[in-house]
Amino acid sequence: MAAELGLAAMWLAAALAALQLVAGAMAMNARADGTSELAPLVRPAAVLQGLLAAFAFLSLIYLFAVTDLSVKLVALNSHSAKPLIFKVAGAWGNHEGSMLLWVTVMSTAGALIALVERRLPEKTMQATLAAQGFVALGFYAFLLFSSNPFERLPTPALEGNGLNPLLQDIGLAFHPPTLYFGYVGLSVAFSFAVGALLTRQVTPDFARAMRPWILGAWIFLTVGITAGSYWAYYELGWGGWWFWDPVENASLMPWLAATALLHSASVLAARDALRTWTIMLGVVAFSMSMVGTFLVRSGILTSVHAFAVDPERGTFILALLAIYIGGALAVFAFRAGTVAEGERFSITSREGALVVNNVMLSAILAIVLVGTLYPLLTEAFDVRVSVGPPYFNPVSAIFFFPMVAVLLVGPLLRWRRDSLARIRPSLVIVGLLLLVGIMVALLLSPIGILPGLGLVFAPALAVASVLPLRGRSLRRLPLATWGMVVAHLGIAVALFGMASESAFSEERLVAVQVGQTAEVGPWKVRLDGIQPVAGPNWTALQGRMFASYQGGREIEIDPQSRSFWVPPQQTTESALVTRWNGQLYAVVGNEAGDGKWQLRLWWKPFVTFIWYGGLLIALGGLLALVGRVIADLKRRHAKGRVAQRRKEAKA
Amino acid sequence: MNRWFILPLVLFLAFVGLAGYMLTKPKDEFVESRMIGKPLPEFALPAAAVDRPGLATRDFRDGKPRLLNIWASWCIPCAAEAPQLEMLRRQGADVVSVAIRDRPEDVAGFLAQYGNPYSRIGADNLSVVQLGIGSSGVPETFVIDGQGIIRYQHIGDIRPSDVPTLLEKLQEAAK
Repeated sequence: MAAELGLAAMWLAAALAALQLVAGAMAMNARADGTSELAPLVRPAAVLQGLLAAFAFLSLIYLFAVTDLSVKLVALNSHSAKPLIFKVAGAWGNHEGSMLLWVTVMSTAGALIALVERRLPEKTMQATLAAQGFVALGFYAFLLFSSNPFERLPTPALEGNGLNPLLQDIGLAFHPPTLYFGYVGLSVAFSFAVGALLTRQVTPDFARAMRPWILGAWIFLTVGITAGSYWAYYELGWGGWWFWDPVENASLMPWLAATALLHSASVLAARDALRTWTIMLGVVAFSMSMVGTFLVRSGILTSVHAFAVDPERGTFILALLAIYIGGALAVFAFRAGTVAEGERFSITSREGALVVNNVMLSAILAIVLVGTLYPLLTEAFDVRVSVGPPYFNPVSAIFFFPMVAVLLVGPLLRWRRDSLARIRPSLVIVGLLLLVGIMVALLLSPIGILPGLGLVFAPALAVASVLPLRGRSLRRLPLATWGMVVAHLGIAVALFGMASESAFSEERLVAVQVGQTAEVGPWKVRLDGIQPVAGPNWTALQGRMFASYQGGREIEIDPQSRSFWVPPQQTTESALVTRWNGQLYAVVGNEAGDGKWQLRLWWKPFVTFIWYGGLLIALGGLLALVGRVIADLKRRHAKGRVAQRRKEAKA
Repeated sequence: MNRWFILPLVLFLAFVGLAGYMLTKPKDEFVESRMIGKPLPEFALPAAAVDRPGLATRDFRDGKPRLLNIWASWCIPCAAEAPQLEMLRRQGADVVSVAIRDRPEDVAGFLAQYGNPYSRIGADNLSVVQLGIGSSGVPETFVIDGQGIIRYQHIGDIRPSDVPTLLEKLQEAAK
């Protein structure tokens, strides 16, 4: 029954999305003075559509929770022996379910704007919601016609197929939805951008309305990338934390675009400048998330995420991508010229620094995009190449480090016009730190130029990021400013982690007998034994080892090499010992003969700072979001009171 | 209208065109050897089984084209292609082979269970020959002509439908 109800809700939601689109479009076409009869329907349609989509998704979760094996999707992707949490996660750990999750989040967001957003001209809102309806409609069509999650089997299955064992990990169960929230938040920003472009109302109010959605999306993307990087680090057992894999790039590109958009929207909100640029970034950010989804799903590029591949669905996503983004860019081509130019500013100003940030971020985005798509281009001419770190690292660094250099001073500058002389004391502090950093890096040499630059810039940036707090009352400082400080500090922390990891990591690959000891960096690791262990749906060989740091207390670590049986697959579970100054990373490999076992050991100084930094960046975003929302609510409350008083005065 | 505003649209359409074109192209997952058309590298492998001699480069220089099968007893697709190799042998192909990272007792067990179509079996315990001829996995089958030149590579297990192709390539190599 739940399956049929869910399907019915999906059809109704699709119909409402169509109504939202038509009513919004007609409202747009109505003459300037009059309004269309359908116009009042736009907001209620959006709200109802959100509720119905949520209902459909909850039905799917229910079907997975009770393991209803008469539903094809459940039979294919679940198993009655799975722990409940992974049954529930199974609802979105597959193509159909994840698309339903996508459209659910998107229409819930649409419902939310329809309910609360009253700042913008009603016409812009209707155009925005029409754009939302348009995007949602494509996904409903996809679900209903080509990947119905509620399809029943003619005869119920006896047992389910199981879930990809690599995905049976609590972190990973929530990694894709996190990225989806990010992608969908960008779809809202996209709809706002299209709405504003259609009605030519590119105003500071528009930027303020759009900003919480960008911030929200950006927080989720940051957390998603950070978590995904940590997952790849401990689960894949290669000891690396970023591989420039097409799928990683697919999540990085929307993040870069969203970061740029966040900063340009700030300029638009505060100073009414960078109008067309902000619109352009709004479109680009969402296109990057669609391109990302397309690259992951179509299997057009080879990647470690091969489990997500399906070429036919790739075609469908490409068609949606072509319609949405092509349409938006066409509107942009014809309309952008008619949007009035924004305010002007001098280059030595907050806006100037933010423009540099935007240009650099866009350049890095272009570099990652070109590097990701290049193999696709050459393959069209039957030449196979693979683009990896030797391209991405140095070429993106060309733009990354100048951006960091501007970031050292940018937040200290005033809006519109400023002079470097005014902030001379801060400049001196930062300059001295850079000099000290360079000398230390030279003393430590030989280290590579990129890690060296990272080690030079990270401490200077850490100090520079808190300098905007100087001379201000910390208690009265707006939360959004705290957010900026924390996020920039996070970049310094992550940069330090990356630089230290690549400059000082030590690696050992050894074959040892039980009882023997291996050394890596300051660690001594003794292999005490290898035992078989069994989990709920896997067996493993587990190495029992004792690690001691500089001859100190011994810590037991148990890396495993796991074999799952439904479906059969091997995974490595690395063992980590985390200290404040780094991590010991141990992987147990195969038997090497004569009673020896292969061990792979790394000592990675300060590697955890990479993810602490990522979390700090997300926390900064969260502070800014909370600060902005509270400020908006206060402003609205005050406005309401003024209106109330005026009414009373009139009466 | 500012002409530059159309640039994003043009770039985007180029991407869609490229992606659409690539989606229609059949995906070729195989990494082809760069050694095709080149002579076999020099090697001399010891025997991997008691009743068959080992394999060396000079064994290929007698003017007769051969199939060179790269396999291992631990490889399940290799067991699946055994009947097809037997079929090829019966139709006159001389099949020689290299066993990759294997133990003599396992090789013997495999041959006892799935049959032995090979006239020679070399033991390649470090994958030296495998890497030397540009094979990236097991099983793979190469057509080597009478001068020891690598003429054709078949990646993966041999299905019944592949047998005529391989015989044809052998005949071509004999010319």
